[in-house]
Amino acid sequence: MTVFIIRRLMQAGVVVLLMSFLVFSGVFLVGDPVDILISDEADEEDRERAIAGLGLDKPFHMQYLLFLRGALRGDLGESFIFEEPALLLIVERMPATMELALFALLIAVVIGIPLGMFAGFRPESITAKTIMSGSILGFSLPSFWVGIMMMVLFAVHLGWLPSTGRGPTTEWFGIEVSFTSWKGISYLLMPAINLSLFKLALVIRLARAGTREVVHQDYIKFARAKGLSGRRIVLVHVLKNIMIPVVTVLGLEFGGLVAFSIVTETVFAWPGMGKLLIDSIGMLDRPVIVAYLMIIVFLFVIINLVVDILYSILDPRVRLGEIRS
Amino acid sequence: MNKLSHICFAALTAVLVSTTVSAETATIGIRSEPSSIDPYFHNLGPNNAMLGQIFGRLVDWTPGMDQMIPRLARSWRALDDTTWEFKLRKGIKFHDGSDFTADDVIFSFKRADGYTGGNSSFRTYTKGKSVTKIDDHTVHVSTKAPYPLMPNDMTTILIMSSDAKGSGGSENFGIKAKDFNKGTAAIGTGPYKFVEWKKGDRLVLEKYDGYKGPLAQPWSKMVFRFIKSEPARTAALLAGDVDMIDNVPTTDIAKLKSSADLSLSQGISNRVIYLHMDQQRDKSPFVTDKKGNPLSKNPLKDARVRIAISKMIDRDEIVDKVMEGVAVKAGQLLPEGFFGRSSKLKPEAYDPAGAKKLLAEAGWGDGFGLTIHGPNDRYINDAKICEAIAQMLSRNGIPTKVETMPKNVYFKRASKGGPDKTPEFSFILVGWGAGTGEPSSPLKSLLMTHDKSKGHGASNRGRHSNAQVDALVTKALATVDDAARAKILAQATEVAIGVSQGIIPLHYQVNTWATRKGLKYNARADERTVGLDLIKAQ
Repeated sequence: MTVFIIRRLMQAGVVVLLMSFLVFSGVFLVGDPVDILISDEADEEDRERAIAGLGLDKPFHMQYLLFLRGALRGDLGESFIFEEPALLLIVERMPATMELALFALLIAVVIGIPLGMFAGFRPESITAKTIMSGSILGFSLPSFWVGIMMMVLFAVHLGWLPSTGRGPTTEWFGIEVSFTSWKGISYLLMPAINLSLFKLALVIRLARAGTREVVHQDYIKFARAKGLSGRRIVLVHVLKNIMIPVVTVLGLEFGGLVAFSIVTETVFAWPGMGKLLIDSIGMLDRPVIVAYLMIIVFLFVIINLVVDILYSILDPRVRLGEIRS
Repeated sequence: MNKLSHICFAALTAVLVSTTVSAETATIGIRSEPSSIDPYFHNLGPNNAMLGQIFGRLVDWTPGMDQMIPRLARSWRALDDTTWEFKLRKGIKFHDGSDFTADDVIFSFKRADGYTGGNSSFRTYTKGKSVTKIDDHTVHVSTKAPYPLMPNDMTTILIMSSDAKGSGGSENFGIKAKDFNKGTAAIGTGPYKFVEWKKGDRLVLEKYDGYKGPLAQPWSKMVFRFIKSEPARTAALLAGDVDMIDNVPTTDIAKLKSSADLSLSQGISNRVIYLHMDQQRDKSPFVTDKKGNPLSKNPLKDARVRIAISKMIDRDEIVDKVMEGVAVKAGQLLPEGFFGRSSKLKPEAYDPAGAKKLLAEAGWGDGFGLTIHGPNDRYINDAKICEAIAQMLSRNGIPTKVETMPKNVYFKRASKGGPDKTPEFSFILVGWGAGTGEPSSPLKSLLMTHDKSKGHGASNRGRHSNAQVDALVTKALATVDDAARAKILAQATEVAIGVSQGIIPLHYQVNTWATRKGLKYNARADERTVGLDLIKAQ
């Protein structure tokens, strides 16, 4: 197990290094932010000063080596735009995104599993068919459109929920969170639902498929024959068995939720990491883009590792030493 | 009974108090977030707008930019050609209670001038000027050569407290940008105090009770929320979450106008949208024959061809159809009401027959091919304007292709994407906002001969060069007398645009703000969204 984890972490290191090179050179090729940042009225001399100030006058390999040297000391560089450490900017925004992603995941699970199980038990009923067609919408509607439609309906016409932004935050173990007050939750609700729609559809489909498979198993028939209550059969025997694929898939999808909540965050002006990334790309803020993607790669590697370890615990047939990553 | 009425009364007062307090908070949804609270970190529109509420300037503009008003300075005058005297207001206090004196002006100038790091410095305005203290409330600013734009330049430099303390270091007097962003060094004399800045979310300002000066303080608190997405900004206003939004997209204007709960404020800006044409290279990469093969001769070098192109553009149609009526057609660098503009130049009328005649005269009667390049996320409807222009030229014998791209790619290529860091394109769309409120800055940057050592033509991406224009602008920049300078600037514009058509002006942008009913925004020509110009409608 230890060997497995060490090998995985070393591979992660290689992936992160490769990634940093690709992103660094990609953004370098596109250009630098000086031409967008500098005032129209600045003359050539001012422009050159600004370029030198950001270290952009050096050749590419020098810039990359300087970046690597800093990165080894844990310094991923300063944002070109804000002149604050890129890592700090991202970490500052992380709680907002995590909160959003966790809430979205919660909504997907709490609503998706009962609906999916229902559809699995009574596949021919009209309700089940409605649920399944609804889940197709969840897959196929573009999330920025759904977000705006929700905003128009719930904020503009009904006036139930605030349209954009994040509610008041309180400190919770040193982390700024907004779900501790009703007002905070009212701000969280729409973006979280919007972000969860895709995952919700996924969970419904997984739960339905799992249920369809499980209900025909012998142990369910046996449980029925034994005279167990329907409630116990559903909540214990079926639910437990469909959870394994659901947990695995959601574990992996969580990384995606965190990394790519960009659309939802932009539409709802949610001050998270995704909005920071998209703003940074717009301004070619290379240190932030590179740092962000490095963090995301790292996050994915860790999640994969945890999922593999969990697998070996859930399913004794799997031995970690045999998994080729 | 008594007790009950007492409780009722208490509850009622509580409700009343809370409504009056919330009524005095203005929440404003803005598109662009400032990049710093440090007044010299970045010469950028959103920064200058936001920080002007916290810090004061010696001189300021009226919203229409037609007049300069004294702010921290009481008065100013040119003592001679090279020295200006600024008398400072007395009794002004910084947010920390310290007095505003000449020392703060000198300190601010030094920090702005020697600023290390940051993006786009204010050295453009401080370069070559030395500030001396005469007494606590008088400073003299002197230059080596005659310098007429002194008051204009003073509308750009914000004055910070010389007592501000930072986290140390050898640069920028030991005060770092992050010291401002946290608020510790954000000490100004402006009508509002800095409270907090949550990046990506909001910036909060609070009324400064000790404020003395010409600006209004209509709100006890102002919350600026950063809502970049266009439909979300409109939705936030419609939902009543914000009191005002800026940069209303032209497509939403008709809808918002019809809403009974909202009102719109519109104002012409100091930004002209125009076209550059490559006038340097003999073989210009995006000038071709009609079939798309490279040409050995560059027709754009001929002024008659440039004038013909201008005549092929139907500005009325661009304003009506593309801009949905929200723009004003342009014939020069600044709209009406600004200093130093020419009274003779009018927007070129659509005249395809005249264009054809000029083309034939220049020997290009059969036409040629072009590609227009432009940004697609920088100016209002920028990509659509490029498409419209391409259609108009194609209709009149110059088949034109369109290529638009995001601004983060576009500007670098447009300025130095070609070999030897020359401009890459041949025919481009750009905009220019004259921050100094008069035409010398666009004349100098866009139409004077590109000369790195003199700092001329820094944004002259068409490399237009006309000795007469160079001489006139140089003369204007050394003429301290306002009336005489205005005349020379008008003359220079007439030559540069009217005679030699160095650039083709299209239109002046009109910016739109939307507020909830009962409020009104004093639309600003400098495109700034400033909370103190949001007032209750009478």
